[in-house]
Amino acid sequence: MMLEHVYWICGLFLCVFAVFSLVDTANRKRFGNAAFWLMFAFTFAFGSYLPYAVTGILVVVMTIIGGFGFIGMGNYHERAKAQKVVMSLKYGNRIFMPALIVPIVTILLNKAFSMDALVAFAISAIVALLAAMLMCRETPVDAGQEGRRLLDAIGWAAILSQLLAALGSLFDKAKVGEIIAGFVSAIVPTENTFLCVAAYCCGMMIFTAVMGNAYAAFAVITAGIGAPLVIAHHGGNPAIVGVIGMLSGYCGTLLTPMAANFNIVPAALLELQDKNAVIKAQAPMAAMMIIVNIGLMYFLAF
Amino acid sequence: MVLIGVVIVIVGMVFRINALLVVAVAGYATGLAAGISIVDITAIIGKAFATNRYMSLFILVLPVIGLLERNGLRERAEQFIAGIGTATAGRIMWLYMLIRQITVGLGITIGGHPAFVRPLIAPMAEAAAEKQTHGLSEKIREQVKACAAMADNLANFFGQNLFIAAGGLLLIKGVLEEKGYPIDLFTMVIYAVPTAVAALIIAFARYQLLDRKLNAIGKEGNRHDA
Repeated sequence: MMLEHVYWICGLFLCVFAVFSLVDTANRKRFGNAAFWLMFAFTFAFGSYLPYAVTGILVVVMTIIGGFGFIGMGNYHERAKAQKVVMSLKYGNRIFMPALIVPIVTILLNKAFSMDALVAFAISAIVALLAAMLMCRETPVDAGQEGRRLLDAIGWAAILSQLLAALGSLFDKAKVGEIIAGFVSAIVPTENTFLCVAAYCCGMMIFTAVMGNAYAAFAVITAGIGAPLVIAHHGGNPAIVGVIGMLSGYCGTLLTPMAANFNIVPAALLELQDKNAVIKAQAPMAAMMIIVNIGLMYFLAF
Repeated sequence: MVLIGVVIVIVGMVFRINALLVVAVAGYATGLAAGISIVDITAIIGKAFATNRYMSLFILVLPVIGLLERNGLRERAEQFIAGIGTATAGRIMWLYMLIRQITVGLGITIGGHPAFVRPLIAPMAEAAAEKQTHGLSEKIREQVKACAAMADNLANFFGQNLFIAAGGLLLIKGVLEEKGYPIDLFTMVIYAVPTAVAALIIAFARYQLLDRKLNAIGKEGNRHDA
């Protein structure tokens, strides 16, 4: 089994979600949902065979459907809360087992059979799904509806990572990173490894705080500082630099009202007088975590 | 001139315009500024989108997680957390953070502010703080609630990269492989561990301090009573 086959399966899942969306009359925007997931399914299943410009056009259409709010939530034939409580008493902690299958089988297949991590992950997800269906005596239709419920809740954000990767690719072609790296080297003595690491981690934190989104910041700051200075110039291990860079970005998420879902909405939910109370509580943690991240990157990545 | 894309991303995000639109417009603007034709820009977007399909493989776990939720996963977690018998506000919040970090590391999103913090964790922490202080002032009550929201964020942010198909990890892989650096997902998971552990340790100290403060207020109150 290869990654390409995994993409076909993922395309199949999305195709099922699209069909269920199409017949979901409870969703006023069902045609939008169906079109969005079907196009996503198409890029998944045939992305390796379609001309890139065709995939690009599909991405633009999906961006328009998702970006202008043409997708919504529908009816997923969920169980009532009371029924779920009954189920939870019936299964007890066994309900966690299928969820545990995913990481355990992934590591097993990857380490013992040296299978590609993503292929291993896909197989474990299928194994876990079969286990859950057997254990709970549920049908593939239930699984499809439940999967679609979670995907609709994510909505347009489901394609954001891939679109950001595309932006990163364009930044690369336009040499945006090199220009930002030029600015940074005007301020930071680039021969000093520690200062480059600190500039990258702090840059991730600050840009994430400004944009409210660590993923968007990662595409920009890694192109500008992480890749040219920390990895290429000083020889940092790319995987370690990347992951600790992203975690430094999350320090910025702790600090910003721009990340409203995490910081402002909870303050409202908890009926706090000060809508910045959560950010204020988090600020000392963010300060300590950025120091930890800078230290870890400096000592682990070189 | 090619920095127009960076400016568009920042301005778009600051004004809370839909992120898909912002990113797409920024991409086209950057490409045009660099003298690339619209057709070529579309093809570059299509190519990157197709090459980075693995970033969205989390879709494969959604049916199983959904099925488990249908059969009481969330309710079981609620019972589990409500059964934590510890007496202090700080302990409750830290234990929630620990459980949340483990589950998010497994790729499960049980938790979150509307589903767990508001109905469960904040009231439990408040009740415990009430006992510790013998009467909670409004100011301290606010602080306890804010700390409950913090537990969820810390666990979510610093735990999510322990999951092999985490969106963040796959984005890192995509961005760096585009630049010619091959990235192993397990290496990233392993190097996400120290930060996750550090967050737990620092949060433990923070919640310990909060507990001490609450206990001190309680003692002081008793002295006044006597």
